[in-house]
Amino acid sequence: MTVSPTLDKRFRAAAAAEGLLDVAYDLTESPIGPLLVAVSERGLCRISFDPEPERELDSLSRAFGARVLRSPRPVAEVKRELDEYFAGERRSFDLPVDIQRLTPFNRSVLEELARVPYGSLTTYGTLAGRTGRPRAARAVGMVMNRNPIPIVLPCHRVVGSTGSLVGYAGGLERKETLLQLEGALLVGS
Amino acid sequence: MMEVVRIPPFESLYLEHRDEVYGFLVRRIGRERAEDAFQETFLRALRGYQALRHGEHLRAWLYTIAARVAADEHRRRPPAVERHDEAVLDSRPEYAELEHLADGLPAKERVAVVLRYGYDLSYADIGMALGSSEEAARQAASSGVRRLRTRRIEIS
Repeated sequence: MTVSPTLDKRFRAAAAAEGLLDVAYDLTESPIGPLLVAVSERGLCRISFDPEPERELDSLSRAFGARVLRSPRPVAEVKRELDEYFAGERRSFDLPVDIQRLTPFNRSVLEELARVPYGSLTTYGTLAGRTGRPRAARAVGMVMNRNPIPIVLPCHRVVGSTGSLVGYAGGLERKETLLQLEGALLVGS
Repeated sequence: MMEVVRIPPFESLYLEHRDEVYGFLVRRIGRERAEDAFQETFLRALRGYQALRHGEHLRAWLYTIAARVAADEHRRRPPAVERHDEAVLDSRPEYAELEHLADGLPAKERVAVVLRYGYDLSYADIGMALGSSEEAARQAASSGVRRLRTRRIEIS
């Protein structure tokens, strides 16, 4: 016997409304492919490219607690802001983020990263300098690579000292698309 | 050393068992009341999820919650028909008390005893809860009862 979509939806909404979830998540479409978007009680805690549900749920469960459930309502605001961003109608996000579980170094790098404005580029070295560790460019690169909340924490705006795009956990093609969307990169460059 | 079975993300547990738990509730209390009971079952499961220490026997755990929700629903709003069922239910030990008594049994026997004698489930349903056959459920219940009897003799 199958649970009707209405009943399923009702349970998922009730679970979130009662505050019983460690993490609520949903999937959303975007110009750079499907995204998994997850929020904890503190705020946005994950955006994943090419989500493979099983792996993502395991990872969220280990990081935030096992009460992980797909529930659209808590992530609706995040989805809305992402849609506006991809439509070119939004240049900054008004979303609390949850990076509390990361190490102090990772946190401070991501906090600096969040200040890099829309449409501009910075380098790994510059970002390292701003966190008070000018020689830690490589470590900053690692933090970018493991950024749990790409797009909103804009690691796509960080490039190598020679201006080359260097790398992106979601693939260089996505980095290019995001930078073109923001007008930071000429189309075809 | 035995490895502890990890507690899965709730979504996985829910997706794996939602349909069978719903089917079970429909059989117990009818389609009309099964919807509320379904939601209540999984909300209770979520409320208790943090207190779990390992991920073993989660299906049986869900069935026990569902059986309790159905029993609560039965007592709150006994159906007009099926009066004869109620008499049977009343003559059984309080299920809460039975759960307490069965506490020290091995997990499978405990579940079988509680679901059979506390909640009046069929062996087919208990087999589903245990992820085994009807016959295995019958055996687990009967060896659980035997163990409880021996223990009572020891105590007295």
